[in-house]
Amino acid sequence: MARHQLDARRLLCPMPVIRTQNRVAELQAGDVLEVTCTDPGALNDIPAWCRINGHKVLGSRREGNEVIIEVEVGDGA
Amino acid sequence: MARLISRYFEGFMSQVQRKAVALVSGGLDSMLAVRVIQEQGIHVEGINFYTGFCVEGHTHAIRKKDQGKDKRNNALWVAEQLGIKLHIIDIVEEYKDVLLNPKHGYGANMNPCLDCKIFMVHKALEWADQHGFDFIITGEVVGQRPMSQRKDTMPVVARESGAQDRLLRPLCAKNLPPTLPEREGWVDRDKLYDFSGRTRKPQMALAAQFGFSDYASPAGGCCFLTDEAYSRKLVDLWQARGKREYEMDDIMLLKVGRHIRPAPHYKLIVGREEGENNFLEGYRKIYIHLRPISHTGPLVLLDGEASEEDLVLAARITARYSKGHTAEQVTVQVTTLDGVSRELVVAPLSPDELKPEWHL
Ligand code: SF4
Repeated sequence: MARHQLDARRLLCPMPVIRTQNRVAELQAGDVLEVTCTDPGALNDIPAWCRINGHKVLGSRREGNEVIIEVEVGDGA
Repeated sequence: MARLISRYFEGFMSQVQRKAVALVSGGLDSMLAVRVIQEQGIHVEGINFYTGFCVEGHTHAIRKKDQGKDKRNNALWVAEQLGIKLHIIDIVEEYKDVLLNPKHGYGANMNPCLDCKIFMVHKALEWADQHGFDFIITGEVVGQRPMSQRKDTMPVVARESGAQDRLLRPLCAKNLPPTLPEREGWVDRDKLYDFSGRTRKPQMALAAQFGFSDYASPAGGCCFLTDEAYSRKLVDLWQARGKREYEMDDIMLLKVGRHIRPAPHYKLIVGREEGENNFLEGYRKIYIHLRPISHTGPLVLLDGEASEEDLVLAARITARYSKGHTAEQVTVQVTTLDGVSRELVVAPLSPDELKPEWHL
């Protein structure tokens, strides 16, 4: 149940989703990935990607210009 | 005994869950193609390619006035409606060769559609082989698009991508020779379609039948390379540099601001509103840039090399797009690549001094 960070600052959608996807592919079910983005579009796209691919968004928050999204890796089902 | 075993084996084979990977663009056609194949009991997953020229997201993210708009990513939205997984693949680097050296040439603008399709189907084939998928589907329709979706070019895509008869186009399959999934009985050819031509009516009827609404407008509007103004700026970039190449930053910047080239050796990128100015801010360290300080106005990047005289003209153009455009004088701060700033006091360029042909 490790925690990991992903810096997706200054990337425009869909790049933050692509980076999240590629990173999640390397993690274990139950791991948590915290993604930091500056494109607010990620607030729509990353949760949509998670719903489709069986992962869970634990929460998201804004800090100044940044949005931080916490993803819990699903079991790939 | 042997017969029994082979019967058993056949029975087993017929229960194999066949899998298809679909090119999902976010438009209606690929959405329909997926549903048609899902209805035949095939497991479908989607694949979406990011070339760097996709309209998706970017401009909306940049322009302030668009920020309130629904910024959904259509490919993700489509996948969610269909209940399929979607794999988004970054092909920015590999795509350069497709765009710079298209064997089959360009369409009406800088869109190398035929080579692009061949490349994407080829990548989907590689993905299918790595992930144990049986065939590939696309939403292509014979005669729909002038370049890549003609009756004579559709076999070219199948052949040159290497997919051959593992490429199935459910919406127009009945106009084409049977493919492997049809011949093997994985899908029933009778339940596929025979759409052709540019009309969108059959697609809309099928969408209604499936209960799809709120889908994105027809294909083609999702790629900057089919856009005339964008293509012109791309060609200008290559001409000015004397070589055909680009980096991600170049193609991003072509989507933003007003592009003005007063001389062959430099151009200006003028932010048109706050969102664009903020976006251009991110490039301040790698471009000479100008900004009016006596009046509010745009951030302007200078791409190329500029003499003192060029800088003065650039400052006057910057002033022209500031709130002080009717003032006698505007103070413009110029920052060079070494990070050193200085101020130039200039008269804003008058509308008739700004030559129409400078606008890209
Ligand atoms: S419109 Fe763009 S993405 Fe679509 S086939 Fe043509 S070049 Fe490729």
